[in-house]
Amino acid sequence: MSKLLEVKDLRVSFHTYNGEVQAVRGVNFHVNKGETLAIVGESGSGKSVTTSAIMGLLPKPQAEIKSGQILFEGEDLVKKSNKEMQKIRGADISMVFQDPMTSLNPTMKVGNQIMEGLIKHQGMSRTEARKKAVELLDQVGIPHPEVRINQYPHQFSGGMRQRVVIAIALACNPKLLIADEPTTALDVTIQAQILELMKDIQKQTESAIIFITHDLGVVANVADRVAVMYAGKIVEMGTVDDIFYDPRHPYTWGLLGSMPTLDSEEEELYAIPGSPPDMLNPPKGDAFAPRNKFALEIDLVKEPPMFQISDTHYAATWLLHEHAPKIEPPASVKKRMEGFAKTGGKA
Amino acid sequence: MEREKILEVKNLKKYFPAGRKKIIKAVDDVSFDIYRGETFGLVGESGSGKSTTGRTIIRLYEATGGQVLFNNEDVHGKKSKEELLKFNRKMQMIFQDPSSSLNPRMNVMDIIAEGLDVHGLVKNEQERRERVEELLEVVGLNREHATRFPHEFSGGQRQRIGIARALAVEPEFIIADEPISALDVSIQAQVVNLLKKLQKERGLTYLFIAHDLSMVKYISDRIGVMYLGNLVELADSDELYNNPVHPYTKSLLSAIPLPDPEYERNRKRIVYDPSIHDMSEEPEFREIRPNHWVRCTRKEFEQYKKELEERE
Repeated sequence: MSKLLEVKDLRVSFHTYNGEVQAVRGVNFHVNKGETLAIVGESGSGKSVTTSAIMGLLPKPQAEIKSGQILFEGEDLVKKSNKEMQKIRGADISMVFQDPMTSLNPTMKVGNQIMEGLIKHQGMSRTEARKKAVELLDQVGIPHPEVRINQYPHQFSGGMRQRVVIAIALACNPKLLIADEPTTALDVTIQAQILELMKDIQKQTESAIIFITHDLGVVANVADRVAVMYAGKIVEMGTVDDIFYDPRHPYTWGLLGSMPTLDSEEEELYAIPGSPPDMLNPPKGDAFAPRNKFALEIDLVKEPPMFQISDTHYAATWLLHEHAPKIEPPASVKKRMEGFAKTGGKA
Repeated sequence: MEREKILEVKNLKKYFPAGRKKIIKAVDDVSFDIYRGETFGLVGESGSGKSTTGRTIIRLYEATGGQVLFNNEDVHGKKSKEELLKFNRKMQMIFQDPSSSLNPRMNVMDIIAEGLDVHGLVKNEQERRERVEELLEVVGLNREHATRFPHEFSGGQRQRIGIARALAVEPEFIIADEPISALDVSIQAQVVNLLKKLQKERGLTYLFIAHDLSMVKYISDRIGVMYLGNLVELADSDELYNNPVHPYTKSLLSAIPLPDPEYERNRKRIVYDPSIHDMSEEPEFREIRPNHWVRCTRKEFEQYKKELEERE
C-alpha cells in the first residue's frame, strides 16, 4: 500500500502570555491510500492540533510549527503558502468538524454551501454545480434533495446537518478526509447512521480518512489502524486488533480499562489517576509517568523511544525494553487479551 | 425482601408551550419507582424527556400533571417554606456541565457551603470551614482548594466540586443528569468510581440520567428507557441488556459502539420503525416478566411474551 500522507517529527507550539505551550512534541505517522487511521486521546493530547497543522489551519501568529514535515503525495505542506493551501483544502484534503451547527453558515442555503467548493476548485458552472450538489445530498442519504438544497441549516436536524457537512467535504472527491469528532455531538442511533455512511462512501470513493475521537467504541467500529496520543506524542500505534487485543502501553491499558464493556462486572473501573500534564512545562522523561502505576525509575528521567513489537505495532514505553521487569497488565485488559487469544482472533 | 420505595413517580406529565396553540409533551405520563439505596438509570436520546423528568422530580419544573412522592410525601403542590427547605435538603442534583453550574464569582468554599448556610447546618465560621474541607477530601480534592475559584480547575475537578456541593447537606437522593458526558474518558472512570464509593459509604440513592449506555449499564441496578416522552421499557440492567423486548430498546442497544473490533465487524444494527406498532389501542405499561415492564398493547404483549419464551 502506498503512503498518501506522511507526518515526520511534527512539533507545534502555541505562544501564550504564560509562555510556550508545546501542544505537539514530535509526532510521526503515515496514512495509506483508502484506509482509516483513528487518532485517540484526551482533550489537550494534541490530536486536533495535529490535524489543524495538516490542513494549514493553525491560528497565526500564536501557533508555530517548530519543526517537521507533512508530506502529502510527496509534497511538504508545511512549506506551502496560504494561497497554495487554499487550493488543496476542500479539494484534495477536506474536513468534517464536530459541531455541524458552527461549521455551516447559517445565512446561506445549504445548496450554495455545497456548490461553493465545486465552482471554486473544479471550475463548474452554477448549473453543473447545482446538479452535482443534488446528487451529493442524495448520496449522503438526505431525502428530497431537490427541495432540501434550497433550505437553510436551521431547517435540518443535527444528524441531517452533519450529512450536509459530509456532502460538502466530499464534493471534490478528496483523497484525504479528516473527521474531527464528527459524531460526538450526535445521539447514538444517529451516530451509527453517520458512521455507516462514512464507511459506505469510503468504499465508493477510496479516500483515506483520519478519524479523531476519544470514543474507543467508535474507533473499534471505523478504524483500520489506531494512533494513541498523550501529551503531544503518539504513545502507541498499531492495527485496530493490536491496540484492542494486545495493548502494550499503560496509557492504552488505562483508556481501555476505564470504559466498561457490557459484561464488565468489576466493582471498580480501572481509572487513570490524576489529570493530563500541563503542556506549558511538560514533565521530564515520560509525560505519562506521574499517572502511571507501572512507571519505572527511568521513566522520570528519560523519554522512552518507540519500541517495535511487530511490523504494524509500536509503543513508546520502557516496559518493552529487554531489561524491563515483566509486569501484569490490569485484570480487565488481561481478560480482553485472553479472550482474543482463546478464539484465535475470531471473537 | 421488601424493598423500600424512596421515590414514586406516578403518571408524571410535563408539557411546554411552543408557540400559539402548540404544546410539546416532553414527559407524557411516566410512572416508575426508585428504591432506597439503588441506582436507577434513565436512558434515551436527546429530546426523549429524560432530563425533563429529572428536573421535574426535583421541582426545577412545575409538573403539568401527575405526582411525585418522595418518602411518601408529595413533592409538588403548595408548600410552606419549611417544608420546601426540608425537601430540598434530602434531594440534590449534579449537573452535566460543571463549568456552567458553578458560580464563577464564588470561591469553592462558598459554593460548597451555600447549602450549609441556607439550611443552617453550621454554627460558626470554623465549623463551616472544617465541614467544607472534609467534603473536599471526600471527593478527592485538597483542603487548599477551598479558596480557589471554579476557573482554576479542570473539568473533572469541577465535577468533583459539584458532587461535594450536592453532598454538603447530606441528601438521601441525588439526581445526576449526565454527570460524566462532558468529561474525558479517563476522568469519567474516576468520577463514576467516586459516585459508587459514596453510594456505598452513605447509602445514597441515585437517579442517573445519561445517553452513554455502557456506563449506565455499569452503574445502574435498574434502567428505564425513554422515547419521545414515554417510558418504553424498564427492567433490571442485566435483564434489559440480555432480553430487550421493545423494538426501540433493541435498536438503541444495537447502536452502541463497543470497544471491541471483532464485535464491531459483526454488529448488525437494528433500525427502529415506529410504524410497526399495533395501533388498534393505546399502549400501556405492562409487566412481561417479574420486574420487567414494557409499553405495549395487549396484542404486542402476547407477541413479546412469545419472543421471550422462544429465546429461553
